[in-house]
Amino acid sequence: MTSPLPGGVDCDLHPAVAHLTSLLPYLNDYWRDQVTTRGMVDLVSQSYPTRSPISSRPDWRPAKGKPGERLIDMQSQALDPFKVAYGILNPLYGVQMVFSEDMQDAFCRALNDWLAKEWLDKDARLRGSIVIPTQSVEKSVAEIERCAKDPRFVQVLMLVMGDVPLGKRALWPIYATAERLGLPIGIHAGSAYHNPPTSVGWGSYHIEDYVAQAQAFQTQLTSIIVEGVFARHPKLKMVMLESGFTWLAPFVWRLHKFWRGTRMETPWFDRPPMEIVQSNIRFSLQPVDAPPDPVVLNRLFDHMQSDELILFSTDYPHWQFEDEKALPEGLSADLVHKIMIDNPYATYGRLKQTATAA
Amino acid sequence: MNIQVRERPQGASTVVAKTAIADCDIHPARASKTELYPFLAKRWHAHLETYQEHPYQGMLEGPPYPKAQPNAARRDAYPPEGGQQGSSLSFMQKQHLDPNNVVLGVLNPLRTGQGLRNHDLAAAICSAINDWQIEKWTSKDSRLKGSVVVANEDGATAAKEIRKRAGDKNFVQVLLLSRNVEPLGQRRYWPIYEAAEEAGLPIGVHAFGFGGNPITASGWPSYYIEEMVGHSQCQQTALASLVLEGVFERHPKLNMIMVEAGFGWAPSLAWRLDKVWQRLGSEVPHVKRPPSEYIREHIWWTTQPMEDPERRQELFDVIEWIGWDKLLFATDYPHWDFDDPSRVLPPGVSDANREAFYLGNARKVYGLA
Repeated sequence: MTSPLPGGVDCDLHPAVAHLTSLLPYLNDYWRDQVTTRGMVDLVSQSYPTRSPISSRPDWRPAKGKPGERLIDMQSQALDPFKVAYGILNPLYGVQMVFSEDMQDAFCRALNDWLAKEWLDKDARLRGSIVIPTQSVEKSVAEIERCAKDPRFVQVLMLVMGDVPLGKRALWPIYATAERLGLPIGIHAGSAYHNPPTSVGWGSYHIEDYVAQAQAFQTQLTSIIVEGVFARHPKLKMVMLESGFTWLAPFVWRLHKFWRGTRMETPWFDRPPMEIVQSNIRFSLQPVDAPPDPVVLNRLFDHMQSDELILFSTDYPHWQFEDEKALPEGLSADLVHKIMIDNPYATYGRLKQTATAA
Repeated sequence: MNIQVRERPQGASTVVAKTAIADCDIHPARASKTELYPFLAKRWHAHLETYQEHPYQGMLEGPPYPKAQPNAARRDAYPPEGGQQGSSLSFMQKQHLDPNNVVLGVLNPLRTGQGLRNHDLAAAICSAINDWQIEKWTSKDSRLKGSVVVANEDGATAAKEIRKRAGDKNFVQVLLLSRNVEPLGQRRYWPIYEAAEEAGLPIGVHAFGFGGNPITASGWPSYYIEEMVGHSQCQQTALASLVLEGVFERHPKLNMIMVEAGFGWAPSLAWRLDKVWQRLGSEVPHVKRPPSEYIREHIWWTTQPMEDPERRQELFDVIEWIGWDKLLFATDYPHWDFDDPSRVLPPGVSDANREAFYLGNARKVYGLA
């Protein structure tokens, strides 16, 4: 087994909201009333059905309630065993599926407040991602500015399958705000289901939706690179979360080949895509999607031409590895140090600041 | 690739170019709007002139993502007698088949009636295109073989067309596109797979098509480059659907060729499918074996546009992981992102692999060995 190093950062942990009523204390009177009188129950995305095997490793699944619902479980099952200095929380509560921008905004604010109060306040290792109401760019910017006052929020969270491709200029005020505040944008697997969850329509199965996350990350990478997001926002980092990464090099080769032939349409796309990936884009470790042969995985790292791209993650409580085998076999000690410690700290600038509640 | 400004240097490695090759992706075109009329019932002539084509996307003239070149084709490929690139057999012979020693050329007609919302019209045009392939191309040059084009959204009609052409040596495959109303594994397309397997024809799944879905899972992108790069993702998703719906479990003799979407994506997709199947396999009990096994047994890839990393050894790593026996050389003639056979494989490839890549694999998969 490749041993983890203490003092690292787990860049993808999922705290679960037990039920919509958990957010009631964080909603104003109007929205509290809306939730109760309209009989709204819960926001569960079919990207992660609660009892699907992916949604929770069997030994992490609680006897009652949702996986990842209790801090005490996250501590004993993920934070403590991997001896992390920090764990970054990415809530996957289904707020992005909502179509009303006002409702979405109310739920996002409540979710972010819930995260601060019930998680960040209770374990000094924990850091949070700001969930934003993507139905409204204006409200998203406001929510980022509001939550960023708390230095324990270290990232802005968006879904990989949203309403429009992530490179679209209409979204750039979100990126400008994040760049100004030193916050990376985390793009996480999952769909708002406002578009078919694949690029060729609606498949039949949950397994199909899950496999398709990788292809969605690929088209989003194309979008953010060719639209010139990083040409305009050079200090912005984006982190692909639960994306897989073993597809990266051939994807970049293809993008590079077409870049050479079609540059006249996107003149701001003025650097080779591999350079842009290396300067502005990162990937969380899980899932690894590799063949059993460690030699092949190490070749893939060579193809990526950088040891700075991967950030350690457990993806807790999702079932991506057994026991403590989060790190694939055969990685050099140097690479493990980079993955667990150097790369996350280089990506998340706020981790170095002293944590104080707002 | 056809770089717009640069002069194409003459006289590259003609020794290599003279190796006999298969070109598994050639796009024949019509020289005029009425060229298909002799093969199309009269009622459709007036219909087309009045109502045009009614596709699963909005534009009636030209594609929603305008191409990088007129007709997405090489500027030097206009036939001297007129008509668009790829519409002249004699010019195709002169510019491509003869000098590149193409001994097997697989025709993949585009603009065929696939992706049209009027399914009767779609069926009529597809059948006409199949007759046209014989009359204009395959009966006149025995190196050329056609693809049975079918009304993809109407399984029963598509199956009938396949059965009609079964056994006709003018055709070596059935042609589908990767973007349809639903992912290709869905049961509305199953009659096509049944008929193709019965006919002993592999199915080529070519990039493009329209089914009314945004071409990414997060909506419609802005630029042509995104569509072009995106064929890789569309092909991957279509293939995942075919595997996870059990198409190859039910049709063990059916083969498919992924056309014009590259192949570099294949190893990672296969690894991901296997891993997720181990986790979620109980949802799809009809998928009885690891997905990578179905892919290994039933899938081939045409090479164009070939991935082109700076460090060529990395490409060879990927080809090793896929298998030298799985690649079918293709140029995509006359399109602008044409892969030149004399440039595509550098030295260092064994003779056996070279022969398989350029010709042997194609002969096997198309039943011409």
